[in-house]
Amino acid sequence: MEKFILKYFNLIRTIIAILIGVAISIFIIFFVSKNALGSLKYFFLGPFLSKSRLGNIFESATPILFCGIAAAIPFQASQFNIGQEGAFFLSAAIGTGFALSVSSIKLPGFIYVILTLLAAGIVGALWSFIPGFLKAKWKVNIIVSSLMSNYIAYFIGLYIINYHFRDKSAGFLTSYRLPESDWLKQFIPGTRVHIGVLIAIACAFIVYYFLYYTKLGYEIRMVGFNFHFAKYSGIDVFKVIVLSSIIGGFFAGIGGMSEVMGIHRRFLWQISPGYGWDGIVVAIIGKNNPLLIIFVSLFLAYLRTGGQVLNLLSDVPYEIVSVIESVIILLITAEAFLENIKYRITVKEAERKEIIDESSS
Amino acid sequence: MNPVLRSILSTSFLFSIIRVTTPILFPALGVAITALSGSLNIALEGIMLVAAFTGVVVSAFTNNLLLALLFGILSGVGIAALLGYFHLKLKADIIIAGIALNLFASGITVFLLYIFAHDKGVSSSLKSLVFPNVQISLFKKIPILNSTLNGQNILVYVSFLAVIAYYIIIYYTPLGLRIRAVGQNPDAASSVGINVARTKMYALLLSGLFGAFGGLYLSMGYVSWFARDMTAGRGFIAIAASSIGGNLPLGTFLGSLLFGIAYALTNFLASINVPSEIIQSIPYIVTVVVLTIYSAQTSKKKEVGEE
Amino acid sequence: MDPIISVKKIVKVYPNGVAANKGVSIDIEPNTIHAIVGENGAGKTTLMKILFGIEEAQEGKIFIRGKEVHFKSPLEAIKMGIGMVHQHLMLAEGLTVYENLMLGIEPTMFGIFLNKKRAFEIADAYSKKFGLDVPLNKKVKDLSVGIKQRVEILKALLRNIEIIILDEPTSLLTPQETEVLFKTLFSLRDSGKTIIFISHKLKEVKAIADKVTIMRKGKVVKTVDAENISEHEIARLMVGREITFEHIPKNENVGNVIFEVKNLSYKNDENVEVLKNISFSIRSGEILAIAGVEGNGQAELVEILTGLKKATSGNVLLDGRSILGLSPREIREKKISHIPEDRMKNGVADKAKIKENLISDRYYKEGFSKGQKLNWNYINRESYRLIKKFNILVPSVEAPASALSGGNIQKIVVARELSASPRVIIADQPIRGIDVGSEELVHNFFEEARDNGSAILLISADLDEILKLATRIIVIYNGEIVGRFNNVNNITAQDLGPYMLGIKREV
Repeated sequence: MEKFILKYFNLIRTIIAILIGVAISIFIIFFVSKNALGSLKYFFLGPFLSKSRLGNIFESATPILFCGIAAAIPFQASQFNIGQEGAFFLSAAIGTGFALSVSSIKLPGFIYVILTLLAAGIVGALWSFIPGFLKAKWKVNIIVSSLMSNYIAYFIGLYIINYHFRDKSAGFLTSYRLPESDWLKQFIPGTRVHIGVLIAIACAFIVYYFLYYTKLGYEIRMVGFNFHFAKYSGIDVFKVIVLSSIIGGFFAGIGGMSEVMGIHRRFLWQISPGYGWDGIVVAIIGKNNPLLIIFVSLFLAYLRTGGQVLNLLSDVPYEIVSVIESVIILLITAEAFLENIKYRITVKEAERKEIIDESSS
Repeated sequence: MNPVLRSILSTSFLFSIIRVTTPILFPALGVAITALSGSLNIALEGIMLVAAFTGVVVSAFTNNLLLALLFGILSGVGIAALLGYFHLKLKADIIIAGIALNLFASGITVFLLYIFAHDKGVSSSLKSLVFPNVQISLFKKIPILNSTLNGQNILVYVSFLAVIAYYIIIYYTPLGLRIRAVGQNPDAASSVGINVARTKMYALLLSGLFGAFGGLYLSMGYVSWFARDMTAGRGFIAIAASSIGGNLPLGTFLGSLLFGIAYALTNFLASINVPSEIIQSIPYIVTVVVLTIYSAQTSKKKEVGEE
Repeated sequence: MDPIISVKKIVKVYPNGVAANKGVSIDIEPNTIHAIVGENGAGKTTLMKILFGIEEAQEGKIFIRGKEVHFKSPLEAIKMGIGMVHQHLMLAEGLTVYENLMLGIEPTMFGIFLNKKRAFEIADAYSKKFGLDVPLNKKVKDLSVGIKQRVEILKALLRNIEIIILDEPTSLLTPQETEVLFKTLFSLRDSGKTIIFISHKLKEVKAIADKVTIMRKGKVVKTVDAENISEHEIARLMVGREITFEHIPKNENVGNVIFEVKNLSYKNDENVEVLKNISFSIRSGEILAIAGVEGNGQAELVEILTGLKKATSGNVLLDGRSILGLSPREIREKKISHIPEDRMKNGVADKAKIKENLISDRYYKEGFSKGQKLNWNYINRESYRLIKKFNILVPSVEAPASALSGGNIQKIVVARELSASPRVIIADQPIRGIDVGSEELVHNFFEEARDNGSAILLISADLDEILKLATRIIVIYNGEIVGRFNNVNNITAQDLGPYMLGIKREV
């Protein structure tokens, strides 16, 4: 029994953290809602109660997963580039502009999709290059620079859409509608689940393979573990720091464009949608492992969807989800959380082993 | 003289610089003291937000400015205490915990805003109080100082006092000495019996105090309401401001002033019809540029990979 | 006479499962110098940490002057009169000496402000009382190691410490500075203090200790009067087998010069000339040892030779061709290996897997990878082969490097560096802080590499190691080579000491 606990300790601890977060939200709901039990039902069961709600889980998970992968790559290199939000937004804006601009050129249908996604990815990569390069070259604090770059990207993106691609016939501030050739097909009727989710999952697998089975992935991880060691061993730390940001940004860019092409079919964000921050959250909880991040993204999307149902049908605001998320993150990153229990079990095991050793000698 | 230039150099512009620097200066002091102790607090954003919200709500419900001040401070210090607890006691990474607390603050303030004001955007339905603007007779005699420094909100003057307090704390008190020692060599400090965690906690609590004042100023001085995410990244700019200043009192003040100037410039340029999106990005671009220049100067001793 | 400290059946298990103390019992008599010796992993450092309140034991009792104690922090230990001078000096570099001295016991004005004048006065008084001269107003970072250590000792005395624990105090000192330290310790003992002394250096233990406790694998082997036991016997008890204090056999097949350093100079960022015109050469099949107290330029020299730093002027040649300014990878490609001084900083990534640590210099080479793809099968096989060949005790190659003891971690580093078939090996303090058994193994590997034609540059502060391994010896002091010894036959530590301290030098 003890051995089982020790081996899967981290997993068990993660689950307990999630349960505590959920428990706190239940507590808050009881405190705040006039119909607590109803609210709880909407929150936890709501996502399962209809096909479109279930679809919402996968729809919301898609951009979160993209941003989670995007964050995981520089995080694995111990570079806290938190610029996914800005890369996501700017790439979507420029990608939209690109798609609208090339729509006049005659090309086979699916090429548009590939080109636009690639264009957005490249924008994300180039944009994320900046904090990565500044860090590598001049040791600029990457947290601050990437944070600032989020704001700059937001304003540039807004400017591009509002001043150059604005659809004046629409009743609100938004871009022109994307031509159908640029849409990611929604393939489950009754929902808005689009091909982007498949692309995202594929990317997760690709990045997993990249991190754990390729040379560059190995270099990124070794730099993340100990950059002194990496440099001493001959790894080009400068290159790794820059590339980890660039590659991460690429996926954030694809994520942004996929959301536009799959769900909205136009760029309509006037405030930044926040998927970049979600990505950071799921990357942390998923320990920067793309496969784990898939599950964490789905879980977060489930919480979000529940929060939306809750917001819509009850008197509890959606923001309760942020509260749960923050509690879960805090508990998961708290290494010492439950550490004393693990310690006591470890001591017991060591003593047991000593007894066995002694009795057999 | 060129009318644009005249406007910029006018005393009303200088007045607005001071006004705009305060909500950067307060959190910058908070960042600075924690940086000195070796546990960088990036949750000043959340701390300010929570204090801004608490001040507004308490003042609306009790109609008592002092109570609003008290609870605002308590809320800010409370968030800082949470950060300290999770990082120091439960060994959470301080950056990640900071991100989580910022997320928490953003969520809970909107959540409660809706509960109290039935609006997720602004607290205008609540009748909250503001801290008074103050005339200081000392300044009345000197013309330039009079138009620049006189008539500011009382919390602006408090921010100047805060810089002095910070200076005294770190150079003239045992706590300050311990904070510096802990930041330089925590093992050395604990080997003489200093409780490193407790010292860092004190630094964090002080940062909560500084941050709380910043938040209270935002919602009860700078403007007179609470709006969601009204801190708009100032808690993060504060990090840049204090690190440019070496986390020392004068440097942090000058660093904050620099960003205050950038902000004031933004507001001013907007009034003469330059596209707002581009202008609004100016403080952030300035941050990156200044930070790059600063880091480039000090980076020569560092290896690739260090910060 | 009743013991001043009585340790009874202390048990300590670390969270990672390592049982560091398994029922340790020792009595320390007052007014004695009591040495504790043992390999790394023997548990002596852990025991001292428990005594000083840095760690807590799970079981057992500690009695100070007959009173049972259970320290939860250094502050409590200090209150009971116990002070510790650590191997890695515990000073805040950016603060001044008197600030460091008063840290934690600051005199105040009105209860809240620092009374700097008073602090100064107190420090000055104690300094004069114990004859420990220190520059009170200087910042610690500007001091030499010997002075820093003096500050450390004064720091303990200021807190009215009766029992002083010293952890490897001479590891950073020259022979002459060591003698000064010993004089200080004798006089402290004679004035009523009790001294506990952890050391690997058996000669020093014999020179200074009244009593010796030998520990092994978490238990006490024996506690004896120092005069009743020989160094050989101590070593045997530490390890369980005979250790020889001899020189390794000469290599008859010394070849040509393959590695040359010519007029190498280095000025650091503070414009200090750290290396001044260094020149030496190494032939294949020989071990050139650079003797010197740490901090005389060795670290910078190694960094330049291995591509981690840029020289200011001069040249480094391999087979007559310049390799100056090449990157670490390019230097490794030229078959130059580097065993770093700080193994945890440079030598390994402790959270990475052992196999990942073993291939960090070759993962991109044929076999280990094909194109971008890593060949984990090959890597796993190679890792196991290396583990076996270099006799490293690991749970598995998938385990993180942090699961290993210091000695085994160093063996990982050595395994990687020596298995690259290097023509030149640069070994910087290779046996520091590792157990005697691992030490011997590492030295055997060096001997083997040397006999296979490698040129080895050995940089060490451990004169026993140098005297054991070196074909030739040069001494570095203050960034210059001050002595060259081509015939090492009858050289002793006392011969090298004066050069290391800059007292003597070749013209």
